[in-house]
Amino acid sequence: MSPDSELTDPGPALGPGGEAGPVRRGPAHAVLWRYIGKRLLIAVGLLWGMTLVTFALTNLVPGDPVAAALGQRAADDPAIVERFRQQYGLDQSLAGQYWDYLVRLVHLDLGTSWQTHNPVARDLAKAIPATMEIAFGAIIMAALIGISFGAWSAYRKGKMADQILRLVSLAGISLPTFWVAIVFFYAFYYRLGWAPGSGRLSPGMPAPPKITGMYTVDALLTGQWSVFMDASAHLVLPTAVLTLYTIGLLTRFSRTSFLEVLDKGYIEAAKAKGLPGRTIFFKYVLRAGAIPILTVIGLAFGSLLSGTVLVESIFGWPGLGSYAYQAASRLDLLAVMGVGLFVGLVYLCINLVVDLAYGFIDPRVRVG
Amino acid sequence: MAPSTRSEDGPLTAGGDQAAPRPGRAGHQSAPSRQGPQNHPNRADGIGKRSLTGRLWRRLPKGIRTPVGLIAAVVALAWIAMCLFGAQVAPHDPLAQELPRFTPPGSTAWLGTDELGRDVLSRILSGARVTIGLALALVVMSMVVGSLLGLVAGYFGRWVDETVMRFTDLVMAFPTVILAMVTAAALGASLFNAVLAALVVSWPQYARVVRSMVLSLRTSEFVASGRLLGFSPARSIRLDILPNVSGPTLVLASLDIGTAALLLSGLSFLGLGAKPPTPEWGSMVSSAVQHFDKWWLGVFPGLAILTVVISFNFLGDALRDAFDPEAGEA
Repeated sequence: MSPDSELTDPGPALGPGGEAGPVRRGPAHAVLWRYIGKRLLIAVGLLWGMTLVTFALTNLVPGDPVAAALGQRAADDPAIVERFRQQYGLDQSLAGQYWDYLVRLVHLDLGTSWQTHNPVARDLAKAIPATMEIAFGAIIMAALIGISFGAWSAYRKGKMADQILRLVSLAGISLPTFWVAIVFFYAFYYRLGWAPGSGRLSPGMPAPPKITGMYTVDALLTGQWSVFMDASAHLVLPTAVLTLYTIGLLTRFSRTSFLEVLDKGYIEAAKAKGLPGRTIFFKYVLRAGAIPILTVIGLAFGSLLSGTVLVESIFGWPGLGSYAYQAASRLDLLAVMGVGLFVGLVYLCINLVVDLAYGFIDPRVRVG
Repeated sequence: MAPSTRSEDGPLTAGGDQAAPRPGRAGHQSAPSRQGPQNHPNRADGIGKRSLTGRLWRRLPKGIRTPVGLIAAVVALAWIAMCLFGAQVAPHDPLAQELPRFTPPGSTAWLGTDELGRDVLSRILSGARVTIGLALALVVMSMVVGSLLGLVAGYFGRWVDETVMRFTDLVMAFPTVILAMVTAAALGASLFNAVLAALVVSWPQYARVVRSMVLSLRTSEFVASGRLLGFSPARSIRLDILPNVSGPTLVLASLDIGTAALLLSGLSFLGLGAKPPTPEWGSMVSSAVQHFDKWWLGVFPGLAILTVVISFNFLGDALRDAFDPEAGEA
């Protein structure tokens, strides 16, 4: 997570605690695997901590999950409450409940949601592809636009374009996404009619056969052109909303990163040598600036996923965000833990992948 | 997420008055092309000699003395004034249901009226106190909690450091909005609980930055000589550490105000913050979802949030640049 130190110091870098020591000169892949193993152990520890925190939060606080799940009328009937508590193991001690949860978790069983009465894993399997469809689109768009803006801004430092782009990116990170979602929906659907309404498909349009769960991909794979067009049209607005914030973030960071590179002596040397500007940018500036940008893209993807909570409900998008919101507002403990664990897992995996990718982008960074 | 990445930068400025100039300072002069020549005279006349406020005063206008900077400063000041006097300036009682329902913006009500016949403009003006006031309170609280933990972790090291930092990692591994949402839902929907929930997710960045500053200060000569003189940890922290940590931490806090306002209004939007009659901007946007065709219900409170966040973010940026021109003015 701290690329800065690793960047400047090509020595024994990348240790999570930054342990400096004699550089081990074993076979490279053994060192790499040991490093990955260590990171995975830390990840498992963090995930375990997350279950503990969510469990504590949903149990040690004034809100009553049973009342939240059943509604006040049913919660007044002791017989119903008793059966509910038995069914979901709430009659056991807290420690017992937590232990049961962990045991089932090891068997990849996330438990049963109180509100949908489905296994949480099945609910998640339905919601995740819907969210990923927006999130992938948003992160790709934002990376392309954000990095271009950042480069443009850095090359024109202090000029008009830079001033404007800095304002635009500042506006991007200052936008309340839930509000942008409403404004977009009002303007482009209600007023202008350019975009289709809420949901993933228009009414009457059959969902494509399930392969990945992402409608656009599935429709393409099965060759259903009209379904693909319809699903894509529904994707545009939610993706655009999530993209805006991320563009702001990436523009700011890539500008800083590129400015740092442009200041280096070897760029001066490349210019003096008469290399064309395009070559300098793609071969030197972009490659050297990519590492910090990659970290921010990883972080941004994580915040994108949690940002869907504020956006999906407006577009009636049946994804992770809507599911998390419904689960949290009804204190559906197991569903909330499921979402939290999944997003946490994605977050940790991205960080690991990003850290490993450093080695490919910048061979000076060695696992040690 | 911006702050969490920003926190990796470590200390934002060099030690301070007691510290000998760090070698890093000299290094910056070898890279003048990025600074532009006009910064140099300013730096030459002595960063280390002036008081904190003196330095700020001399440098602050640079970021703000542009047209956009002035607009941002005026907007931010106007909103702070509305925090204090918004309820008095408002043309109507923000809770009174005294106007025709769903009046579009016009001469009766400049920004229209809502589904209960309340004046939108008055609700926005009186709501400034709720949204901005709570955001400021949240920033102060997370700064105090995070800095304290960071101070303790950095100063005492060993198992204290391990415990605090592992806990920090844990909170930062959680998706922010989801953790805040779960906490708010568990505590029960109220404004106070929303602030508590936001506090849970916002303290770690302060802990990280303060800890890293304390770690580098601890090895400096003036802190060591304080210890040799027999300073107790409390005295050493108060006299030697705190004055050197406070400036950058305040800059970080100023950058955090916008984020805090966004998070709090987001929680209220989800129905986990302000209760209905309270004029809170996020919940005003939320109730506008039910009356989709009445665009003024949602657009104006959202614009209020946007102007607050953008002006405070701009000023925070300017403040950071003033403190640390090397930080890349991003």
